[in-house]
Amino acid sequence: MTAAGEAPRIGVYVCDCGFNILGAIDVPEVVRYAGGLEGVVLAKEYKYMCSDPGQDLIKKDIREQRLNRVVVASCTPTLHERTFRRVVSEAGLNPFLFNMVNVREGVAWVTEDKARATEKAKALIRAGVRRVALQEPLEARSEPVNPNVLVIGGGIAGMHAALSLANANSGAKVHLVEREPSIGGNMARFDKTFPTLDCASCILTPKMTEVKIHPNIHLHSYAEVVSVEGYVGNFDVTIEHKPRYVNEDLCIGCLKCVEACVYRDARFPNAFDLGLAKRKPIYIPFPQAVPTKVLIDPMDCLYLKLGKCKKTCVDACEKGAIDFAQAAVRAQVKVGTIIVATGFKPFDARRKPQYGYGTLPNVFTALEMERFLSPTGPTEGVPSLKDGSLPRKVGIIHCVGSRDRNTNEYCSKVCCMYSLKLAHLIRERTGAEVYDFYIDMRTPGKGYEEFHEKLLAEGLKVIRGRVAEVTTSALTREEKGHLIIRVEDTLAGFVRRIPVDMVVLSVGLEPQSDTQQLRRMLNLSCGREGFLQELHPKLAPVSTATDGIYIAGACQGPKDIPETVAQAGSAAAEALALVHRGTVEVQPYTAVVDEAVCSGCQVCVGMCPYDAITYDADKGVVHVLEVKCKGCGVCAAACPSSAIDQKHFRNAFVLAEVAGVI
Amino acid sequence: MKDYLYFPGCSLKGAGSPYEKSLLAVFRALGISLTEIPDWNCCGATAYLSVDADMGTVLAARNLALAERADGRDIVAPCSGCFLALSKAKAMIAEYPDLRAKVDDALGRGGLPYEGRVAVRHPLEVLLKDVGPDRLRKSVVRPLKDFRVAPYYGCAILRPYETVDSAHVPTVLEELTRIAGATPVDYPHKARCCGGMLTTGVQSVGLRLAEILLDAAKSAEADAIVTTCPLCQYNLEVYQDRLCRSTRKDLRIPVMYFTQMLGLAMGMDERTLAIDQLFRVPVLACPAGGRA
Amino acid sequence: MALAVEKSEASTASWEPRIVAFFCNWCTYAAADLAGISRVKYSPNMRMVRVMCSGRIDPSFVLEAFRSGADGVLIGGCNPGDCHYKEGNYKTMRRAMLLSQMLQDLGIEKERFRLEWICASCARELQTTVNKMADDLRRLGPLDWKGV
Repeated sequence: MTAAGEAPRIGVYVCDCGFNILGAIDVPEVVRYAGGLEGVVLAKEYKYMCSDPGQDLIKKDIREQRLNRVVVASCTPTLHERTFRRVVSEAGLNPFLFNMVNVREGVAWVTEDKARATEKAKALIRAGVRRVALQEPLEARSEPVNPNVLVIGGGIAGMHAALSLANANSGAKVHLVEREPSIGGNMARFDKTFPTLDCASCILTPKMTEVKIHPNIHLHSYAEVVSVEGYVGNFDVTIEHKPRYVNEDLCIGCLKCVEACVYRDARFPNAFDLGLAKRKPIYIPFPQAVPTKVLIDPMDCLYLKLGKCKKTCVDACEKGAIDFAQAAVRAQVKVGTIIVATGFKPFDARRKPQYGYGTLPNVFTALEMERFLSPTGPTEGVPSLKDGSLPRKVGIIHCVGSRDRNTNEYCSKVCCMYSLKLAHLIRERTGAEVYDFYIDMRTPGKGYEEFHEKLLAEGLKVIRGRVAEVTTSALTREEKGHLIIRVEDTLAGFVRRIPVDMVVLSVGLEPQSDTQQLRRMLNLSCGREGFLQELHPKLAPVSTATDGIYIAGACQGPKDIPETVAQAGSAAAEALALVHRGTVEVQPYTAVVDEAVCSGCQVCVGMCPYDAITYDADKGVVHVLEVKCKGCGVCAAACPSSAIDQKHFRNAFVLAEVAGVI
Repeated sequence: MKDYLYFPGCSLKGAGSPYEKSLLAVFRALGISLTEIPDWNCCGATAYLSVDADMGTVLAARNLALAERADGRDIVAPCSGCFLALSKAKAMIAEYPDLRAKVDDALGRGGLPYEGRVAVRHPLEVLLKDVGPDRLRKSVVRPLKDFRVAPYYGCAILRPYETVDSAHVPTVLEELTRIAGATPVDYPHKARCCGGMLTTGVQSVGLRLAEILLDAAKSAEADAIVTTCPLCQYNLEVYQDRLCRSTRKDLRIPVMYFTQMLGLAMGMDERTLAIDQLFRVPVLACPAGGRA
Repeated sequence: MALAVEKSEASTASWEPRIVAFFCNWCTYAAADLAGISRVKYSPNMRMVRVMCSGRIDPSFVLEAFRSGADGVLIGGCNPGDCHYKEGNYKTMRRAMLLSQMLQDLGIEKERFRLEWICASCARELQTTVNKMADDLRRLGPLDWKGV
């Protein structure tokens, strides 16, 4: 008997999914078995249930065979539950009178033995049929979507996503939150980009300016997201603005304060230059910083640290923008969707001590080399040795912290290309002979292989072999005073010792160090390597398991700029789709109270993490606030009298399924 | 203060006796007792393992089992070769159940159970980690001023196990040198092989390696090379005259043990530290005793 | 009410344990999907029942499973701190502790009831868990518990 009191007329459809299911399960046998189950009036097999003819078949049968329940045994409900619910609804049947049995991801693809797979499939279908017979019609809830969007991270991914969203002129705001004092991310540190050798700043700064002036973008710089509450369509976000000790509204970026600072010389390592250049306590991270405002580091500033200073900066400032009393300020914003674009951090080369980073002179990481090559960097574009002279021979070591069982097993994707780029630029600026030590040359992408060929034609010396060590342990007079690279040249078949003056380590890309905190805050998963996890590796690369939150760029995995921009656009499109639709459908899996049974013990009230259950003292029973209920079912499990139950996951449904699978 | 079991190994009772003498003197002065493992046997070093890996492991493991039976305190194994042989045996047995079974069977026949509990330590690490730099500094009465030292670790105490120090950038020997008041020179070869056993078999290789190490120490104007292993000490010391002749370079330099260096700084005399048993005696510029 | 359960068993050539697994939608069920996509194979002894949160699992579901003939019950949820519904898995943890004790008192061996935290990307862990549980149950033999 169904809940409505009518006899169940169940249609069971078993999908072959081409050969995916048919190859591992005896589908005709399963169909025969399903046909004999109680309440089943028809059981059919079809090649691709999700295709148009497959869907039409169901609709036709619902109408002509007067089906009042449908079961499809095919792939995972995560993929097509929505599809089939829509199909069923188009044929006039309530979509929640449909049940999906996972025989592909759950059986066909994970079972070796065909006979046992068939038995398992039968058991699951039996359970699914039992369940669907008891299921009841429900109406999906529609929630409004707040049109504002939060973008976390102001690098190339975040900026591109923000601009795409802002240009849609949906009337809503994009809140772009960047924790550094300037947007631009890692790309702002690069000199040129591969394979075209475009100047990174030249293509980046227009975007940065656009972000700054766009009326639909609210830029929160030097700020961090500290909490996110809510759900898709309705997120409550708290953003903390760190104190610059400078009033952003007044500062015009004239830098007179920096000139006037009591520290005549810059003395403190500048984070933007990775510590290779120095700055004063009051500073701007780099000349093209956006916003073009200064900030004061409280750990370096004499006044903020010791309370004693002539404060010449205050005198120099015409606008009176300096404010030593400034404190961190928290702001609350409401958004409907969130895009995470927090980027990557370079592998710490000190974890490979055999390459001498931090212990031997003139050993640099690729990112440090970018700063050396940059015209606004510490050496104004000409990489030189510690003593100021030009290197005559440079070695670039690939795969530092990548493709390495001792550190990261994955390939960081961009290092071969950037190593070739650095080789070209170093030779151009210094005339040095450059050696690239690689394992494989990975140059996919438009123009990448051609770039590789170009470098080889230019005279780049490439040696295939993973470098064993960089050492100053010289064996001959010629080697003395040099950095010696010891490597097995696997193509030539012997071990080489190559004395060079400078070594560049092509470090891999890793997730940001606070990714775990970030993902907990947003309720996202991370993959094995620590990068944020996408919903589906092929079909949903920017969505996550949390509706309304998208990821883009290197935070999802190592990738180059074209891919980053593509992903950012994709994430923006997904967010815009929700914004444009204006509403989001929320599953009606909410809790429901049978007041006749409820004794008012209130055990469920304390259980609910969303405070969705209240006690009605007059009636002596509890009451569920549907709009707050997220559908976890914890209350239903706790109720001693089974008075509170979860729609679509009723106790009876689960028990029927349990009895069926055994 | 902690007390330890002591595994001298064959070398320290033979050609490496200056190491034992100075080690025991220094540890005694620091109030640490070293108790020789009763009935210890040769660790097999590199030779046995390459002939019969299973038996080689049993040979080394017997000492570990004896240590457990004694009282299970940490074993101090001064000879780097012994240190590595014992450490390797312990690690292999823990990792390979088949090997474990063989070892248990063999040792079992001798009535020796082995549980893998006891730790193998090198005295260099014991001095710096257990005794600690502060206590060592306090015991230095004669800082070896103006004494330039080339710190030579050799390879066995750094690779493959990094319990004593980093395999690529070790610093503990330099630290000890500074505590003794001496100056460690920049010695990029500090963790390179001296040739080890190979010198006896393929002498040209060992000679070449010794030449590189000695040459580097001389170029850095070191007054002595300080080592942690009797075989390194031997390889570096014994062929100096022959190398001087064949290379026409002056490669004469004292090669001493770190325990002797520390002992001198602690004010002990050369006799006690068996410095007079070295081929070439280090010349110290600083006062209080010492032969010129 | 226990329905007459039709056992569509092939001839009992060699007995295979039956495991009922309650998986939470967000983590463990996703891990199972990932196992499928990655073609990671595991014992077919395990049959999944999907719930939105491991906190949905009423202890009576577990008892009913054993009473209906299950030889083992596995609950899969998100790692503590990662629950999609904030703290559902903590509640599961508490219930599971008590339930496990109660089951043992009723004569059901500890190995037959397991609670595992399996994250959405942990397909390999899922495989190991299911295979190990199947092995353990084979050793223990069928339960055949008639209930209280």
